Amino acid sequence: MSGRRQGLAVLVAAARTQRGAVGLVIVAAVVLLAVAGPLVVPHPPTESVTGTFAEPSSAFPLGGDNIGRDVLSRVLAGGWLLLVMAAAATAIGVGGGVILGIAAAYRGRLTDGLLMRAVDVLLAFPQLVFALLLVSVLGSHGWLIVLAVGISHAPQVARVVRATALEICERDFVRSVELMGTPARRVMTGEVLPNVTSVVTVELGLRFTWSILIIASLSFLGLGIQPPEANWGLMINENRIGLVSNPWAVVVPTALIAIITIGLNTFTDAIARASLGVERPAEEAALAAGTPLELAS
Amino acid sequence: MSTGTAVAERGLIRLQRLGRTHPVLRLVAVRILLGVLTLWLVSIVIFAATQALPGNAANAVLGQSATPELLRAVERQLHLDEPLSQQYLSWIGGVLHGDFGTSLANGEPVSEFIGPRILNSAVLVLVAGVIGTLISGALGVLAAARRDGWFDHLSSVVALAITAVPEFVVAIALVILFAVVVLHWLPAVSAVPPGSQPWDDLNALILPVATLAIVIAPYFFRMVRGALIEVLEADYVETAELQGLSRRRVLLFHALPNAVPPMIQVIGLNLLYLAGGIVVVEYVFNYPGLGAALVEAVTNRDVPVIQFIVLVLTAFYVVVNITTDVIALLFSPRRRGTR
Repeated sequence: MSGRRQGLAVLVAAARTQRGAVGLVIVAAVVLLAVAGPLVVPHPPTESVTGTFAEPSSAFPLGGDNIGRDVLSRVLAGGWLLLVMAAAATAIGVGGGVILGIAAAYRGRLTDGLLMRAVDVLLAFPQLVFALLLVSVLGSHGWLIVLAVGISHAPQVARVVRATALEICERDFVRSVELMGTPARRVMTGEVLPNVTSVVTVELGLRFTWSILIIASLSFLGLGIQPPEANWGLMINENRIGLVSNPWAVVVPTALIAIITIGLNTFTDAIARASLGVERPAEEAALAAGTPLELAS
Repeated sequence: MSTGTAVAERGLIRLQRLGRTHPVLRLVAVRILLGVLTLWLVSIVIFAATQALPGNAANAVLGQSATPELLRAVERQLHLDEPLSQQYLSWIGGVLHGDFGTSLANGEPVSEFIGPRILNSAVLVLVAGVIGTLISGALGVLAAARRDGWFDHLSSVVALAITAVPEFVVAIALVILFAVVVLHWLPAVSAVPPGSQPWDDLNALILPVATLAIVIAPYFFRMVRGALIEVLEADYVETAELQGLSRRRVLLFHALPNAVPPMIQVIGLNLLYLAGGIVVVEYVFNYPGLGAALVEAVTNRDVPVIQFIVLVLTAFYVVVNITTDVIALLFSPRRRGTR
């Protein structure tokens, strides 16, 4: 079976399981809401149009927020940027991790030793703390948060990919291609990479979940996407003090973050089980591959 | 300096001698040396991120209010007028002597006003770690004992959901349920007034501890369940059962001890997870620990405080990692044989 199809086949197999289908539907629903939301906002999301923490009414079904903005409009407008940033951070983290992991496994010796030492050093930082460290001096810019979260993913991905790639590098077909004089880079991209795609697919799911988690947490701490722009993490923090008057301003964004991360994790779990061909959840697969569990946030 | 090198050399020679006679001790020594190396590299990363990046820290600290005189004063305070290597050396030299600089926000020595917060955070991490481990371990045993029963299925779904959501979602959900909207049993804020200890007001500790305990529970739960199921399928368990021992006895006294090494690994990983988890949870509950202080310092761009707290958190990571590795090594029968 060709490599790229291997990753795709795992996805299809996962989507066909009951658990995977449920996860996928949940994710699709929230993504749809986040993407289509900004197009259908009933009120301008950054303008005060009702009372501070106003209770829900027919014109404002979810009431008002801390400065009288429409909660429903802010919920609809506040998801897409979070998802775009999370996707970009995932791409950087998994892309970098795959390159490092395969290079370490294939080159071995000194390269492997140095790369894995660097991985150890970066792993000592809890992911949220690493992002905070970069944001502290450079300020909270969207690109910086994406980069910080991406970089903090890379070592964990590198470990998992390296563990799988090490075994592939020992196989006969890799050895024979080497003997034919194929350059190292071609062996890595043409022979090793296609054979780690199912592991990479699992990593994509896991890292996407964690990206949402960390970026939402940063926003919640007031150090992510800056106000007055609407976003779910920040909304929860802004409106905590009004929980008694209008709980919806907190409950709805909290629920949306919970729903999409749970949906993603459920789908990822199905991918992990499909990729192993046995009933084993993602964490155990990661543990078997020699990685620590997620040390995020 | 020279006496220090001599001491280190003598220590190294003694370690080498020990290593020849005790292979396990040698592995431990290597692990510790690697840990020290990692910490040193970590300190360079922290320094590079806070002080060496082009976005000059002095500018960041002062922001809009930067006048040339003020800028120079802050630069002197942060030693930014010296070459980078010199800056690093004076910073790390201070750290090794217990001098972590003075806070840019309030002018107090960092160790003096952050020091007590280490204790507060340690209380939170330890209590949450112990409670989370005990409860999730017990649930794991239950799930393994009735494998594929309703409890097993329900708990695995709940575990999957909990691993997915951020800490602040769990925290806010608990606040809504128990402090503000639904019930009014517990305080939503867990401030520790100056002069008192975190354990003086246990009610205030409940929600932050519960949040962290819930967040780490799924990992240990899954590990215990998985390890027990594997052990229960082993031959010697069957033998024990055939000898007429009760299932509960077999589970608790024969199967459980064999699952100890992987359990220790997961307990270690959970402690590490907590080191990051306190950031958000302390912030939510306004609990005066390292995490809340870090958020505040990042908001104020208080570079010496940021450096100190991140160094403490990463040192905790390295120490826990070494400790769990060593304990797992001592428990592992394969290694024990080589002693």
